[in-house]
Amino acid sequence: MAERATIILHSGDMDKVYSALIVGNGALSMGMDVTIYFTFWGLQRLKKGGLEKGKLSKMNMLGLGRSMVKSRMAKAGVADLEKLMSDYKELGGKIIACEMTMEVMGIKKEDLRLELIDEFGAVGTYVNDAKDSKITLFI
Amino acid sequence: MAEIKIDCMGKNCPTPLVETRKALRKASKGDVIDIIGDHPASKKEIPIAVASLGQELLEIKEDGKTWHIRVRKVKE
Repeated sequence: MAERATIILHSGDMDKVYSALIVGNGALSMGMDVTIYFTFWGLQRLKKGGLEKGKLSKMNMLGLGRSMVKSRMAKAGVADLEKLMSDYKELGGKIIACEMTMEVMGIKKEDLRLELIDEFGAVGTYVNDAKDSKITLFI
Repeated sequence: MAEIKIDCMGKNCPTPLVETRKALRKASKGDVIDIIGDHPASKKEIPIAVASLGQELLEIKEDGKTWHIRVRKVKE
């Protein structure tokens, strides 16, 4: 069995979603199995049209900082979040959506991009995966 | 045995690594993947990934900032 990496994406901030998907893609590229748990603000990014909607965690400046970082990323040849997400799925990365968050925030299954989600789960699913993982991250 | 070319010129982390992995997944045993790029970290990291995937690193060439890496798929 391949080594595992398990990531909790709690934040919905743009830069942190980048971090989760970049680390996830990196681990998949090294031959690991990867699961990302989208919870709380992170789960907002799985809503239809929501992936690119996050603000910048620092120096957002009503979206000005965010646009600057976005344009600098494009200039530096960094892939956008949709591309990172489609690569992540193509390489077999798993996505679990937190059911508790859905209940608390009133998110229905039909609000989410179901084609990306492998499973709906709760903390037990995460702990069960994380206890056998070489890498676990909370972002 | 096919030779698969991947152009990652101007692409930043983690794209060259991801494209290498995608190509290795699709390739058949014996195929050679030929990756060209100019992102410095990827030149170091692709060989690390190739080793951890148990594939064969054939060659690393450099021409100024541009690098060329050739990998053979030796196992599924």
